[in-house]
Amino acid sequence: MIEFNNETLANGVGVIRPVGRLNMVSAPRLGANIDALISDGTVRLVVDLAGTSFIDSSGLGALITGLKKTRQAGGDLRLANPTAQITAVLEMTKLNKVLQPVSSVDGAYS
Amino acid sequence: MVGLTSAQSALSRSIGLSPAPDPIGRLPEPMRIQGDSRAMTTRQLIIRLIVLATAILGLNYIVWRWMVSINWEAWWIAVPLALAETYSLLDSLLFGVTMWRYRQRDTPPVPPPGLTVDVFITTYNEPLDLVMGTARAAKDITYPHRTWILDDGNRPELRAIAEAEGIGWITRSEDWADRPRHAKAGNLNNALLATDGEFMLILDADQVPDPRILDHTLGYFNDRRMALVQTPQVFVNVPPHDPLGSQAPLFYGPIQQGKDGWNAAFFCGSNAILRREALMQLGVMRYVSETELALNKALRTADKVVARARRQLGPGQERLARALSTVAEDLRQVRHELSEGQAIADVTYRFQERVDAVARNLVAEDVAALHAELNSIEGLSRTIDVDGSLAVVDDVALDRLSQRDWSPLGAVETVRVLIDSVNAEKAGEAQAVMPLAIISVTEDMATCMRLHSLGWESAYHHEKLADGLAPEDLDSMLTQRLRWAQGTMQVMFRENPLLQKGLSLAQRLVYLATMWSYLTGFAAVVYLAAPVIYLVLGILPVQSLNNDFFVRLIPFLVVNQILFLVVGRGVKTWRGQQYSLALFPTWIKSVTSAFGNVFLGRDLDFRVTPKTLQARNRLPWHLVRPQLVAMAVLVLAALVGVIRLLLGQGDVLGSSVNFVWIAFDLLILSVVVEAVRYPGFDAWLAAANAGTKNSSTRRKTKDSNRKKAVRP
Repeated sequence: MIEFNNETLANGVGVIRPVGRLNMVSAPRLGANIDALISDGTVRLVVDLAGTSFIDSSGLGALITGLKKTRQAGGDLRLANPTAQITAVLEMTKLNKVLQPVSSVDGAYS
Repeated sequence: MVGLTSAQSALSRSIGLSPAPDPIGRLPEPMRIQGDSRAMTTRQLIIRLIVLATAILGLNYIVWRWMVSINWEAWWIAVPLALAETYSLLDSLLFGVTMWRYRQRDTPPVPPPGLTVDVFITTYNEPLDLVMGTARAAKDITYPHRTWILDDGNRPELRAIAEAEGIGWITRSEDWADRPRHAKAGNLNNALLATDGEFMLILDADQVPDPRILDHTLGYFNDRRMALVQTPQVFVNVPPHDPLGSQAPLFYGPIQQGKDGWNAAFFCGSNAILRREALMQLGVMRYVSETELALNKALRTADKVVARARRQLGPGQERLARALSTVAEDLRQVRHELSEGQAIADVTYRFQERVDAVARNLVAEDVAALHAELNSIEGLSRTIDVDGSLAVVDDVALDRLSQRDWSPLGAVETVRVLIDSVNAEKAGEAQAVMPLAIISVTEDMATCMRLHSLGWESAYHHEKLADGLAPEDLDSMLTQRLRWAQGTMQVMFRENPLLQKGLSLAQRLVYLATMWSYLTGFAAVVYLAAPVIYLVLGILPVQSLNNDFFVRLIPFLVVNQILFLVVGRGVKTWRGQQYSLALFPTWIKSVTSAFGNVFLGRDLDFRVTPKTLQARNRLPWHLVRPQLVAMAVLVLAALVGVIRLLLGQGDVLGSSVNFVWIAFDLLILSVVVEAVRYPGFDAWLAAANAGTKNSSTRRKTKDSNRKKAVRP
């Protein structure tokens, strides 16, 4: 199963930490978390993937949907700390051209 | 009270029944008699009459015991004793069944030339010169063959010596790394795939073959249904009084010949010739039936898993729900195709293809949606269009994302495990096909029973064609007996002969006879306890020791003894009687540990039998502590009995019967004292030579044995 340990940084950036597998079952919950932050007015988001062991195509879909919604709200969504499998999936689908991950949460908006 | 005499019957190989007449181990009595072995001989008629008499008198006794004689006030000893006696009577009856078709085979025809034979010498950790001695003798076998050392110890130095002498060397292939090794069965299965002879002779590293062993046995295989020929195991390093009960002349003789009459001659692991085709057929058929079983189990689990996954679906997961219902539909399809008799491999392959298609559709949907999103994000679409790279996710990426480990179906973890389990590959084992049974530490009995249930035949060839070495110290001997007993119990629990399809009723009973005899430990405890309880507490488990009792018991005991005399024909059974009772702790441990292994998944705590004399500093009394305690208790009970008599408390007749009983128990148990003190064959021989004048003949005997063992 998956858990979300979210926080909002001092500079107003929202951090979403999915811990577990980001797949067809859990992807809708990532979407719900993103929606909740946007409706609270937090539109600059970082998805910290350090604790995410696995992602499938549905998980990718949820990330892109999140990107679209933050952009529409005037913000952005960025990725940090991808694990090996996530990096491989991003490269394979060439999504890394759109969502270039950074190696730390702090570096996402600096 | 029955037990002491009848439990001696068939403790198979494990209980040596008195020594052969001389240490070279020539078998007692005529090897074979001429004439049609299927016609009933006078001897066979006599045996059958005695078996009938034993059965009638035994049933008469035991029915009376249960109906009339039990002292219910002392049920806690009376019932166990009656049960023990019933056990012993059944043992006796099963022995009777075994002997009913007692069969002495005629000399087999001379084998045709041109058969291909592999000689396998199995070794794990035996000394190199011992292994090479056997290998050289094997190489000298006259019928053309190839000789192989099956080295489970993977010793480069053994390989070098063997190959220098033109002897093949085989060790486990890489497939066995990190997989269950299955001891000797695994070693042989590995070699079966590395060789191609039509027949194979299996030899333990300490069984030095006679050059004629193949010439004298391959002729049996002219019968196309013959799968196995077993020859006796006789040991050359055993003194005539056989202190460790190593020789088993009653087993490698009348018992095997009796089993042979029912087409149930046993495979005993060494000194046996097998037909490869039979073993391979066994392996393949086991593979198919085990795959079927696994598949049926997987399908049952599958329905549960899918049902549970569907119940756990939350809102917004309609896609997953659709995917799961497709999988459920596919599972129904699998069942349907199997019920139509389609091949398992085809059915499972198509199932996996359909599941893969489901996964691929999901991924394709995800990727399409993902692109639609990307294109609708302002500011992004232009870069993408310019670049063009995201416009199409290629097939390679799509395939990879649909593969089992990355697929969205993996969202239901159990579905993924399930798909693996439906896969008809045995990833957990080194070889998909295991011709020699791996369900037991004694692969021989299990393999043989499976061969018989497939309709193959076996033969027992009653001629010594190998010189073996028996364990020379108590520790090794006990380890070996425990292993045999444990292996037999594993087979009894895992593949009970009474439940095996394809076996005749008689074959089932004959297999049961050997297994049954290993349960003797529990009866032995009762037989030891009963006289103690009587003499100390004055409690008699029977109503009274009157005429009714003796008139029923004595004739049965006498006829039972006559049966053994007639069947054994000169073979002394005393050593066997002693060990069948005296090793009661070993027998009990074998039952409990095998039970724990088969039903509770516990370790057997299995050790390979040491083939060389174990070094020791002092006598290993600790190995027989239970027996020594039992002897002390028996002696004390006798003393108490005497005192009670002197005080006028005891009954004279009852006490006398129990004194005799205790004396008999002590005589039986005394074998362990002899066993503990036995110094090994060489030391015994030296002592015997120092003490007697006729040492020259024995010396010659010993030298010739040794020469044979290291023959160039």
